[in-house]
Amino acid sequence: MTLDLSLTRDLLTALLPELMLTGWALVLLVVVAWRHRTGGDLRVAGGIALAAFATTAAVVWWLWWNSAAAQGYAPMIAVDDFRFISDWLFLGTGALTVLLSMRYLEREALLAPEYYVLLLFSVLGMMLMGGGSDLMVVFLGLELMSVSVYVLAGINRKSPKAAEAALKYFLLGAFASAFLLYGIALVYGATGTTNLALIGAQVTSLHLEHGTLLLIGLALLLVGFAFKVAAVPFHMWAPDVYDGAPTPVTGFMATAVKAAAFAALFRVLGQAFATTVAWHQIVSALAVATMVGGNLVALAQRSLKRMLAYSSIAHAGYVLVAVAAGNASGSAAFLFYLVAYTLTTLAAFALLAVKGRGGESDVLIDDLSGLATERPWLAFALAVCMLSLLGFPGTAGFMGKWYILVAAAQSAQWWLAALLVLTSVVSAGYYLPVIMVMYMRPAPSAAAHADVRLGRLAGAAVTLAVVGLLFFGIRPNRLLDLSAAGAESLRTPTAAAVAPPGN
Amino acid sequence: MLRPYLPFLLLLLFVVANAAGMIGLSHLVGPKRPTPLKDAPYESGMPPLGSARERFSIKFYLVAMLFIVFDIETVFLIPWGTIYFGGAGGALRMGFLLVEMLVFLAILGVGYVYVWKRGALQWD
Repeated sequence: MTLDLSLTRDLLTALLPELMLTGWALVLLVVVAWRHRTGGDLRVAGGIALAAFATTAAVVWWLWWNSAAAQGYAPMIAVDDFRFISDWLFLGTGALTVLLSMRYLEREALLAPEYYVLLLFSVLGMMLMGGGSDLMVVFLGLELMSVSVYVLAGINRKSPKAAEAALKYFLLGAFASAFLLYGIALVYGATGTTNLALIGAQVTSLHLEHGTLLLIGLALLLVGFAFKVAAVPFHMWAPDVYDGAPTPVTGFMATAVKAAAFAALFRVLGQAFATTVAWHQIVSALAVATMVGGNLVALAQRSLKRMLAYSSIAHAGYVLVAVAAGNASGSAAFLFYLVAYTLTTLAAFALLAVKGRGGESDVLIDDLSGLATERPWLAFALAVCMLSLLGFPGTAGFMGKWYILVAAAQSAQWWLAALLVLTSVVSAGYYLPVIMVMYMRPAPSAAAHADVRLGRLAGAAVTLAVVGLLFFGIRPNRLLDLSAAGAESLRTPTAAAVAPPGN
Repeated sequence: MLRPYLPFLLLLLFVVANAAGMIGLSHLVGPKRPTPLKDAPYESGMPPLGSARERFSIKFYLVAMLFIVFDIETVFLIPWGTIYFGGAGGALRMGFLLVEMLVFLAILGVGYVYVWKRGALQWD
């Protein structure tokens, strides 16, 4: 199915997933206007949100199944496998977050079904980021996502910590958005266009590879994106915000938000700046700083939530290695790693959400002692997550790291590859104690884990994630093929898109 | 060269003359019965003296935010109207323009319904 995006009908077809999700979000907003008082209303809203994610994913699948492709001059939205796969990732993460939040919201008495509306809108923003082939669309998606997540971070209005997190995230996020926008403005100034494919073509035809204006613009773009993915040295907000936000929201921020920023970064670098080599060094430097900084600081954390926050920073560093590799295997590894990391981190935050109780979510690692005897399945799931984050063979985390390592080696980035392995070893110093405490220490009291219960929905979500982790760890081929196809689609269509009309 | 800007100059002059005329006329013609309260400087209905670091009710911010949202709607309607009623383009294009604006208004309508039902428009 070839879509001519200059025709309204074809453009609407290409935008069908986004339109679908917008429609659902508006419907949910109206429903919520009437029903926002009881726990039952929360469940209704959650159910509608799940239906929204499921139908939108089905529409994306329909486009993918018909191998939809774009044709026409410099479209605003891309129609390629990369967009479909990242859409699935965002929608899946959103759906899992809904499952995890149902019980949590009721337990914490957060009777605000707007939570799910904001979740839908932020996923909509992510889809625009992953699919936008114009810097303006990417920026629009980024703002839509960010504004929703600012509110989600502070949705617990009774908690001063959450308010602090939301305000901090908002102020710094707005600042980072300004950097990004200024970068877009300078790139526009240098090339005369905001379309990614056209920027790429202009850079080649005008020989702008070392143009000052373009490089400054590119650097500002990188600052904006590095902030969103929490890469060192733009990570200062992350631990505090992750710590203060409600735990399911933290899980969502650490996975989907980060994945969306990475997807947009990857598309921008791959399509607009493929011939501008300057960013390879910047991204490599960011990767080194992020891997070292994230892992070393994570070692010192006693709180499980803060440890996971720093661990997510460290993982951003690993993904940056895949970005810096800049070759085909790096691109394939990139999407694979995002999926593996998302499943792992979301499950870990889900388990953390049930352990932290009664509004106080400050769970120390030592609080987990004896979990294995009291709640063997929970402990097992958390252990699998920790092993996958560590990159233990047999889990998806290992395969992801392995592919990144291969990509880095292929592009002769030996330093990055060596550092990735070394920092992974360091990370064992904070992942393994979690397992050790759970399995080798007795519970401090008989009732220490009495109220730790996942509930049916969250249990299903965690089971899904853990089974996925183990499955992709043993049979990664299908997922790798899919992500390789997605990465490939990002590289090929530019030539067709750049051809001026009438040629 | 500056001739196209003549209407702006005229408008500017008219506005200044209009304002000056109104204030001047009411000063000359209007009756004056001063009291101490009336002589106090006007400060939007608040007591004019006291600490400037008072806390405002959050409702003011809410109203201001909602005002901006619906104000922008009106601002969008005006350029749309000049294009739509200017009649540039064929019937198909006009239909597209109309549907686009209706969708925009519907989305804002959803926001309005939400704000209303959630009680953000009620002061108490």
